[in-house]
Amino acid sequence: MTTATVTGKPEEPVVATKNYLTEGGVTLRSWLLTRDHKRIAILYTLSITFFFFVGGAAATLIRLNLVTPPGIFTPDIYNRLFTLHGVIMVWFFLIPSIPNTMGNFLIPLMIGAKDLAFPRLNLLSWYLYVGAGFLALFAILIGGVDTGWTFYTPFSSLYSNGYVVLALAAVLAVGFSSILTGLNFIVTTHRMRAPGMTWYRLPVFVWSNYATSVIMVLATPVLAITLILVAAERLLKVGIFDPALGGDPLLFQHLFWFYSHPAVYIMILPGFGVISEIVPCFARKPLFGYKFVVWSSIAISVIGFFVWAHHMFVAGISLYAGLVFSLLSYVIAVPSAIKVFNWTATLHKGWISFDAPMLYALGFIGLFTIGGLTGLFVANLAFDVHVTDTYFVVAHFHYIMVGGMVSAYFGGLHYWWPKVTGRLYPEWWARIAALLIFFGFNLTFFPQFILGYLGMERRYYSYPPEFQAWNIFSSAGASVLAVGYALPFFYLGWSLFRGKRAGANPWAATGLEWQTPSPPPTHNFDRTPTVTRPPYQYRPEPEPQDV
Amino acid sequence: MSDAAPASQSAPQPEPQYATVEQQAEAASFGMWVFLATEVLFFGGMLLAYTWLRANHPDGVAEAGRHTTVVIGSVNTLVLLTSSFTMAWAVHAAEHGRQKALTRLLSATALLGLLFLGLKGYEYHGEWTEHLVPGLNFHQDGPHARTIELFYFLYFLLTGLHGIHVTIGIVLIALLAVRARRGAFSARYYTPVEVTGLYWHFVDIVWIFLYPLIYLVGRSGP
Repeated sequence: MTTATVTGKPEEPVVATKNYLTEGGVTLRSWLLTRDHKRIAILYTLSITFFFFVGGAAATLIRLNLVTPPGIFTPDIYNRLFTLHGVIMVWFFLIPSIPNTMGNFLIPLMIGAKDLAFPRLNLLSWYLYVGAGFLALFAILIGGVDTGWTFYTPFSSLYSNGYVVLALAAVLAVGFSSILTGLNFIVTTHRMRAPGMTWYRLPVFVWSNYATSVIMVLATPVLAITLILVAAERLLKVGIFDPALGGDPLLFQHLFWFYSHPAVYIMILPGFGVISEIVPCFARKPLFGYKFVVWSSIAISVIGFFVWAHHMFVAGISLYAGLVFSLLSYVIAVPSAIKVFNWTATLHKGWISFDAPMLYALGFIGLFTIGGLTGLFVANLAFDVHVTDTYFVVAHFHYIMVGGMVSAYFGGLHYWWPKVTGRLYPEWWARIAALLIFFGFNLTFFPQFILGYLGMERRYYSYPPEFQAWNIFSSAGASVLAVGYALPFFYLGWSLFRGKRAGANPWAATGLEWQTPSPPPTHNFDRTPTVTRPPYQYRPEPEPQDV
Repeated sequence: MSDAAPASQSAPQPEPQYATVEQQAEAASFGMWVFLATEVLFFGGMLLAYTWLRANHPDGVAEAGRHTTVVIGSVNTLVLLTSSFTMAWAVHAAEHGRQKALTRLLSATALLGLLFLGLKGYEYHGEWTEHLVPGLNFHQDGPHARTIELFYFLYFLLTGLHGIHVTIGIVLIALLAVRARRGAFSARYYTPVEVTGLYWHFVDIVWIFLYPLIYLVGRSGP
C-alpha cells in the first residue's frame, strides 16, 4: 500500500490497510500496553461511554422518582442517587469527555506530530482514570455516598454515613489523571508542532484544549489537597473545616470552588473547540475572527480562576466580596459571548449544510446561549439570593454541561467518526438522534427554570403538589433524551461493520487530520507535513495540501 | 519524565515521536516545569489553610510555633540547601561530561537528602513523646490547645507531604547515580540529571517557605 494519497475529494475512498487499528497487533495486550495516542483515545472513549451510561442510569432514576411526590425512593437512597449522578458525570464523563477522547486522538494529528510528547504518561493517565472509576463504582456498590458531588463540610467530614473517604480517593486519583493529560497537552502543543505550524495556524480545537489543560494543571492540585484535608478530618477527627473542631466550613468552600469553578470551564472549553471546527466546515467559510476566538479561550481560562466565590453568595462571605465576585462573573461572560457572536458571523452568508455534526453544533450555540444568559442571572447578587439551591441553578448548568458540552461531544463524535473508524455513519439516523436530543433536552430542562424560579429546591426527594405538572414535563423530556442518547450507540456500532468507507476527507475539510488516510497510520503521517497557510481556508475550496 | 530516556545509551536516539534529541530534551524539561506549576498549587492550598489559621488565631499559632524544635529545623534547612548546591554542581559536571564527579555529587545529594529525612524523623519522635500528634496522641492544655492541635495537623500534613517529595527525589537521584556510574550520561545527553535537578530544587524551595512559617513565627517579635 503506497497510498497515503492525499485527496480533498470525498468520492475516492482510500482504504488504508496499514493503520493504527491493525499495526502493532490486534491482541488485548497490544491495546492495554499501547502508547499510541489514537488507541489510548479509543480506550478512553469506551470507558467514558460506560460511565456516561452509569451516570445516565442514575439520572433516569432521579427523574423517575420526581414524577410523583413523594416519589418511589427513600430520601436516603435519593441522596445517594444524585451524588452518584454528580460524581460520575462530572469527573468520569464531562471532564475527560472531549480532551481525553478527541483531544488525545486529534491534537497530534492537527499539529502534524507523530504522538503526544509523553506517550507512557498518557497511558498511565488512562489507568489512573480506570482505577479511580472502579474505586468509585466500588464505593457505590457497597453503599454509596450521600454528600452530593460537592462534599460540603462538616456534613461530609463528620455526619455523613456513606463511603466518603473511598469516593474522595477515587476523585483524587481521577484528578491526577486529569493533571497528567493537561501536562501532556501543554508540552505537546509547545514542542511538537510541525514545521510552519505557528501558534496562529493552530486549529481552535487545539487552542481550546490548551486553555483547558492550563486549568487542569493549575486548579486540580488544589482539589487534591482539599480532598486530602476532608479525608484527614473524617478519619482523624481533627481538621480545619469543621467548626466543632475549631475549623471553618467556608474555607472548604473557597478551596473546593477554587478548583470546581475553573473545572466548569474544563467542561465547556473543549466543546467550544469542537464547535469552532464544525461550524466553518459546514458553512464552508473561514472562522470569523479567529484571533478573537483564540484569545477568548485563553481569557476564559484566566478569568475563570477569579470567579469562584459566586457559588458562595449566601454562604456568609462579606458583601464586598460578593460585589467583586459578582462583577467578575459578569466579566467572564464577555469572552463567551464573543465566541457565540463569532460562530454566528461565520454562519452569515455561508453555504450551510445540515449534516448531523452541524445540527449538534447549531443546537450547541442555542443551548449554550440560554445557559450563558441564565448564568448572568445567577451572577446577579440579588437574583441569586432568590434562586440559590433551586432548580433554576440546576437548569442553568445543565444547559451548559449537557446542552452545551454533551452536544459538542456528540457533534465531534460524528464529525470525526469517519477519521477514527474509516467508516461513514448513517446520516438519516444521526439527524434523527440530533433532533431528539435537542427537543428532549429542552423539554427536560426548560421546565426546571420555571420550577426553580417558583421556588422548588434542588436535592429534595419530594416537592409540593403544585410543582407536579412541570416535573412531569421534565421527566417526559428525559425519556426522549434517553432515546436520543441511546440511538447513536446502535447506529454507530452498526456503521463500524457496515458503514460506507469514508476516505481520507469525507467533509472536504481543511486541517491536517484530514490530509492523512482514515483510519490514520500509527505514526499519523508518512512524512512530517509542512504547513503553509492559516486554518479554515474554506473559501476558495481547499487544494490538497502538500504532505 | 521517564519518556525522555533514550533507547540506546551510547549514541542517543530520540523516542519515535520526536524528530531530534534536542526536541526531546526540551520537551522533558518543559514537562517538568509544568509539573512544578502543579506542585506549587498543591502546596498553595495547604498554605492557604495555614494562612487562615494564623489570621484567625495569631496567638495560638505563635504559641504552637514555640513548641517546634528550631535547632533541628535550622540544621535541616542547611542540609537541604547544601544538597541543592551539590545537585546544581552535579548538573554542571554532567554538562561537561565529568562522569566521576557526577556520580559523587549525585551520591552526596542523595545522602544529604537521607540526612534530612533522618533528622526529620528524630524531630517527629520528639513530637510524639510531647503528645503533639493530632488524631493519635495529642494532649495539650491551656487556652490555645485547639489551635495548637490544628497547627500541628497542618504541620504534619505539610512536612509529611514534603517528606514524601524528598523521598521520591532521593530514589530518583540514587538511580541517576547508579546510571551515571555505568556511564549512561555524556555532555551530549544528560536530560534526566537536569530534569531531576529541577525537581530537587523545587523540593528545596518548598522547605524555604515551610521553615519560617513553622519554626520562626512564634519566635519573632517582642
